[in-house]
Amino acid sequence: MSKPQRVRWIEFLVEALIRVIGFSSIGFVLLIFLFLLREGAPVFFEVPLSNLFDTRWYPTFDLFGTLPLILGSTLITATAIVIALPLGVATAVFVREVAPGWAREVLKPMIEVLAGIPSVVLGFFGMTLIAPLVRETLGAPTGLTAFTGALILAYMSLPTIISVAEDALDAVPKSYRDAGLAMGATQWQTIWRVVVPAARSGIVTAVMLGMGRAIGETMAVMMVTGNAARMPLTLDSLFRPIRTMTATVAAEMGEVAQGSVHYHALFGIGIILFVLTFLINLAAASTIFKKRRRGGLR
Amino acid sequence: MNRYLVQRLGFVLLGLTALVVVIPILLVVGTIVVRGITAISWEFLTAMPRDGMKAGGIFPAIVGTLLLTLGTALAAIPVGVGGAIYLSEYARDAWLTRAIRLAIINLAGIPSVVYGLFGLGLFVLFLQFGTSILAGSLTLAIMTLPIIISAAEEALRAVPTEFRTVSASLGGTRWQGIRNVVLPQALPGIITGVILGLLRAAGETAPILFTVAAFFLPRLPQSPFDQTMALPYHLYVISTQVPGMPLKIQYGTALVLLVLVLSMNVIATMIRSYFRRRRQW
Repeated sequence: MSKPQRVRWIEFLVEALIRVIGFSSIGFVLLIFLFLLREGAPVFFEVPLSNLFDTRWYPTFDLFGTLPLILGSTLITATAIVIALPLGVATAVFVREVAPGWAREVLKPMIEVLAGIPSVVLGFFGMTLIAPLVRETLGAPTGLTAFTGALILAYMSLPTIISVAEDALDAVPKSYRDAGLAMGATQWQTIWRVVVPAARSGIVTAVMLGMGRAIGETMAVMMVTGNAARMPLTLDSLFRPIRTMTATVAAEMGEVAQGSVHYHALFGIGIILFVLTFLINLAAASTIFKKRRRGGLR
Repeated sequence: MNRYLVQRLGFVLLGLTALVVVIPILLVVGTIVVRGITAISWEFLTAMPRDGMKAGGIFPAIVGTLLLTLGTALAAIPVGVGGAIYLSEYARDAWLTRAIRLAIINLAGIPSVVYGLFGLGLFVLFLQFGTSILAGSLTLAIMTLPIIISAAEEALRAVPTEFRTVSASLGGTRWQGIRNVVLPQALPGIITGVILGLLRAAGETAPILFTVAAFFLPRLPQSPFDQTMALPYHLYVISTQVPGMPLKIQYGTALVLLVLVLSMNVIATMIRSYFRRRRQW
């Protein structure tokens, strides 16, 4: 083979290979869904729907009611977001708009450290130090409560919320700020009446991505929420033990016989989790794409 | 009230909020360092666990985590960097490209425990790798992929177009330009992204629960088809599953894991800032 011919061959092979690799991400998503379905779909035939969406999860008695688990995940995710949203947006505003250089230099690496702490370490910290604190403050029999979990989840979703909200604030053109100041508004008024509203869609994306992170979090939640599969219907449920979908899968998968109804049910929960996070991320992605097509706010 | 007074109060409030975010981080890291450091000794780092893990060291868990991270790197780097090259250098803005981006966003959002289920279904059972380092590494690799792809793509896109056109004007093909010009320029950014992805894999517990992790295995793994202990799972086990576990050992294990992960973080940040300062474009 002559040299130019060889070059053309290499070019062709490399390009084909890179194309295949490029498309592989789609393949992986499909593969994940396929294998969840393969192992989890049988549960929808083995267990009547009325049982699956009932209020009791006692697999040893063939009760596979996922409602307490779904509500458990919802409760602590919602509480976590209620805590993390104001904290995250305020911190992003502080870092982007207000903070002096040195404060920014300290804050940003600290938030990166938080993003890097493994969830099992946070769970361990929550178990050994925060839970006793919660117990004493509340005078409750246990500190392993939904609130303890939500508190840790809030901090775990903060890095995501802060960095995406920061990007959103960053995308607001300087001319908006100048216009606000030129109208005689103070910097404080400009921030809250011009800049933050202009970054609204990005902040919504930030919250959604944070929510996706929170609902899928497993280890920390499993270690600090007490894992009692009860319906969180009363007002004090936040300060009682609770159990999430993720914790149920992680705690029980090791003990079930492969191919049993319980095994299929746990994969069924996996399907619910996959679909939920898929929808949340789809919603978040659609705002990202919309912004890109409009060419952003720049 | 005077609006400048409002502004001043508001800024103070924002500063306090930032403190509310930062202080717990310091508290977590500080507590684990202070309480864990007393457990650290040469024996703790290099010996096998003894007496039902209540004495001795955590050597096999450290080795296990390093092996898993290595396996993840071997599988995730070629696919991740290849995917980034495709998105940055080859892909046109068609619906297929948008589908790929959507897939990457979704891969990044799938809960870690669902990756564990997937790994169990595909690698452990269907491909019959068994609970093994191979199955665990591949599961972690797919989870790491979106982080590596996004970071590497950003690094590749940051290389100015002129680098590509100059290479082409000298008669280079597209691939020659990428290999000899664009990739070397983007390398620091890619390395940073890879480390950040691997750091996440090293600290994860849920994906290895059913694919590789051994509760107690006081020897080193013999082959990629062997089970292994791993630091994050070991910390979970000794803090929840073993009654009467000395707190000292728990804090020590948490510290080792934290140091491993945070030092990777520091290295990544250092590489990034070093090359950003040296960059001439």
